[in-house]
Amino acid sequence: MLTKTDPVDLTGFSVPGRGNGILDVFRRRYLLRLLVRKGVSTRYRNSALGWGWSYVKPLTQYFIYFFVMGIVLGRNNGIDNFAVYLLSGIIVVNLFNEAFSNATKSIVDNKALVKKIYLPREMFPIAAVIVAFVHFLPQVAVLVVVSSLVGWVPSLLELGAILLGALIVILFATGLGLIFGAVNVSYRDAQNLVEIIKMLATWGSPVLYSYDLIARVLPDWLQTLYMMNPLTSAVELFHYGFWFSTTDGGLQPPPNLVRDSLIGLLIVLAITAIGQLVFRRFERRFAQDL
Amino acid sequence: MDTTTIVTKTRPSIIVENVQKTFLLRHTHSFKEAFIARIKKKKISTSFQALQDITFTIDQGESVAILGYNGSGKSTLLKLIAGVLEPDGGKILTRGRVAGLIEVGAGFHPDLSGRENVYLNAAILGMNKAEIDARFDDIVAFSEIEEFIDSEVKHYSSGMFLRLAFSVAIHVDLDILLVDEILAVGDAPFREKCRLKIRELVEQGKTMVVVSHDTKTVQDLCDRGIVIKKGVKVFDGPVAEAVEVLKHP
Ligand SMILES: Nc1ncnc2c1ncn2[C@@H]1O[C@H](COP(=O)(O)OP(=O)(O)OP(=O)(O)O)[C@@H](O)[C@H]1O
Ligand SMILES: [Mg+2]
Repeated sequence: MLTKTDPVDLTGFSVPGRGNGILDVFRRRYLLRLLVRKGVSTRYRNSALGWGWSYVKPLTQYFIYFFVMGIVLGRNNGIDNFAVYLLSGIIVVNLFNEAFSNATKSIVDNKALVKKIYLPREMFPIAAVIVAFVHFLPQVAVLVVVSSLVGWVPSLLELGAILLGALIVILFATGLGLIFGAVNVSYRDAQNLVEIIKMLATWGSPVLYSYDLIARVLPDWLQTLYMMNPLTSAVELFHYGFWFSTTDGGLQPPPNLVRDSLIGLLIVLAITAIGQLVFRRFERRFAQDL
Repeated sequence: MDTTTIVTKTRPSIIVENVQKTFLLRHTHSFKEAFIARIKKKKISTSFQALQDITFTIDQGESVAILGYNGSGKSTLLKLIAGVLEPDGGKILTRGRVAGLIEVGAGFHPDLSGRENVYLNAAILGMNKAEIDARFDDIVAFSEIEEFIDSEVKHYSSGMFLRLAFSVAIHVDLDILLVDEILAVGDAPFREKCRLKIRELVEQGKTMVVVSHDTKTVQDLCDRGIVIKKGVKVFDGPVAEAVEVLKHP
């Protein structure tokens, strides 16, 4: 028995349930890998089309947008190779929407585990984002095929732009996913807010129209804000990577794309850091609130 | 201070000091409700003290039973030691790998095969791939469901499911084992097997904390008993006396 006079050597002791957050997730890579594999393999379980759905859903959405924006509203004429333009922007926003909403739901979805076993809980949103990324790859494959058909031969700079764009989106979704996932445990309102943010993501970045059109209608400050949106930068990076070199150059990339992208990267890094802090604050109550 | 005397003496594995746990029972589950409650100055939550000022130390290799009636705070205490919950006051320290068997099979996914679930759950409990590979056959053999290991877990009977889940849990490399009400798994022969396996772990010098309402099993597995009543520790001593205290307060 421990009494006050009994000196105890406290080396080797640790406080249960205190980890190093995201760092611990990467220390337990094997578990992360299994969780991602589980997410990927159970996603379309019991559906005949299986992974075909990850082509069908975005393609349907794509053709609706193409028809409405391109043909009915005539964007087709204003933007060269509009089909590629639209596709390269849409898959960026799809990646964001999918990763962000999966991450937000991840803690509640895994409540059986969160309530009973101590794990670095960041594991769940991060696995959710990775699953979304896996989901994104077939869409990239389609885009690669389509843009190759119109003469796309990637340069190193273009590949770099694509990678930077994907990185920005992933960090953005991870950071927001950590915040919303944590809040969602106590207030399921978070899930509904996510729907609004997804809508904003689609319409608030130059996916369905070009950035120069928005510049004409927005006041200066709002225009700056619009260009600062990390998603705008990511979409424009994808446009640059997959689409710009296949056009006649009628629509140039935004003038400050490099600067805005770097700012975007800083913003999403900050959001990820904030996400981690918020998550840790809320995490203490996860097991009892779920 | 002569440190060698401390090292040669069995060192504690678990230190629990003045631990308090209060649950806030929130009555609001949306921003709107929380907002309205604030405006009307209604209480957003009521609090409930589940554990009050609990202090004890468990030495390495000890096996201790936590006894008490329903709702007395036993599971809460184990969750605190496992790190699932955080105490509101006091402190808890543990030494070595803790495996909390608060509920077996928490991480099982019905759509995955038995094999995939073994890997997933062993990883959840802290093992890496090499360790699981090395133990996989033992795990399956112990569960005695070899023929079904590659079929989906949702087609298992509930006993088979528990067997596999328990088998994974018991094969995890650990220093401290927290067992909550899971000794009642499966049929009689399997229960006996589990009891023997846990005995074996005790003999290997693992530290064990067992929560069970089965006083017979508890007396067989543990030497020491801690009785908790409505969140307060009322007894700490030999297990036979603890069982008496529980029966005749
Ligand atoms: N997450 C929670 N939120 C609110 N109250 C809780 C929570 N978990 C436990 N409690 C309360 O704490 C008390 C102790 O619960 P606990 O599960 O520790 O009891 P127990 O001793 O394990 O009981 P049993 O023998 O039935 O398993 C109960 O009154 C319960 O209502
Ligand atoms: Mg209990």
